[in-house]
Amino acid sequence: MSAFRQSVEAMIPSLRRYARALARDADVADDLVQDTLVRALRSERLFLGGDIRSWLYTILTNLNKNRRRSLARRPQLMPLSDNNPDASGTEAEGRDIEKALSTLVEEQRSVLLLVMLEGLSYREVADIQGVPIGTVMSRLARARAHVRAALDGERPALRRVK
Amino acid sequence: MTDRKISITEDELHAYIDGELPAERRADVEAYLAAHPEDAERVQSWRAMAEMLHARYDRVANEPVPKRLEIDRLVRQPRKWMIGAAAAALLAFIAGGGIGWIAHGAAASPPAFQSFTLDALDAHRLYVVEVRHPVEVPGNELAHLQAWLTKRCGWTVRAPDLDATGLKLVGGRLLPGPNGPASFLMYESPSGERFTVYASKTPGGSTQMRYTMLDNDGALFWADRGVGYVVSGGRDRERLSQVAQAVYDQSEKNGS
Repeated sequence: MSAFRQSVEAMIPSLRRYARALARDADVADDLVQDTLVRALRSERLFLGGDIRSWLYTILTNLNKNRRRSLARRPQLMPLSDNNPDASGTEAEGRDIEKALSTLVEEQRSVLLLVMLEGLSYREVADIQGVPIGTVMSRLARARAHVRAALDGERPALRRVK
Repeated sequence: MTDRKISITEDELHAYIDGELPAERRADVEAYLAAHPEDAERVQSWRAMAEMLHARYDRVANEPVPKRLEIDRLVRQPRKWMIGAAAAALLAFIAGGGIGWIAHGAAASPPAFQSFTLDALDAHRLYVVEVRHPVEVPGNELAHLQAWLTKRCGWTVRAPDLDATGLKLVGGRLLPGPNGPASFLMYESPSGERFTVYASKTPGGSTQMRYTMLDNDGALFWADRGVGYVVSGGRDRERLSQVAQAVYDQSEKNGS
């Protein structure tokens, strides 16, 4: 296997983690990863060196944006409730963070996950989203405030007025 | 030490927790946090948030990789297993797009170039989301693509070479246009950024470029000797102009 393919392969677990947190639904998330890999492998000859990791996150982020755009024309069906009465403490906490994430707008969720979960630098995230670093930082600050409010069980919209 | 003298910005608090703060500022931030329990609590909550994220999602990274995501599988048998699903998705998109076309026809008639641009943007949105079937004829069959579109559209269709802007031709398709057939070409950068070039006959002769932005999509329209062009892409206007300029320059050279 080529070095390029090995580098791509090594990224699959992280891409799945990011996609799952980004898209919530496990099947949708793996579809995103699959499309990312297909596209990356197809572009092997176009890849002119540089950071494969950032490049893959960029593709996945773009694909998710496109996917959401196509969904925007259709009604979105969300599960009415996903309560699992047998959930242990950590699982309940996992649900809370999932719910909190789902209240974020797309760009903010992506920034939050890339920085806090995937450990990317502000610079890398700025390149991935195609925005200045200042925008990344303000998105991150807003995302953190919003998630914190959601976790505290407050109504985020009210809290943000302050 | 008087903490009042230390001034710390919101950004620095985030940079502190994300390891992006210059080393010489760390002590200042720590002193500030020691003196401001409310901010300290906020910073602590961000740490807890990161722990919750890892507790919830790290296990996804630790799961065995599903078979369908194995590199060998993706390299060896591309496409096959997805044709059914992709075709269904395509049908759904076409159905949605069809309604769009009809709705345009029924709307009060805006200036011709506006509805022309909207048609192009509709096509752009319909097809840029396609991963496996974005085009009818792939870019590696360039000669066939150009000959076919030229024959159907009635003017010389040349797919411009956009290598200089980092874009590669994905391919093209034929679409219904406002005044007959329209040619539709798609380009893509290595990072998946997509641009489309839509062209169809237009009654006006030649016009200057006009820019429009709808939601997150930007489009540049111009007409040249009876053919209208729309280059559509993302929200970055400069990038779009750069691509459109390259398309314009080449249609000028290649034009019949």
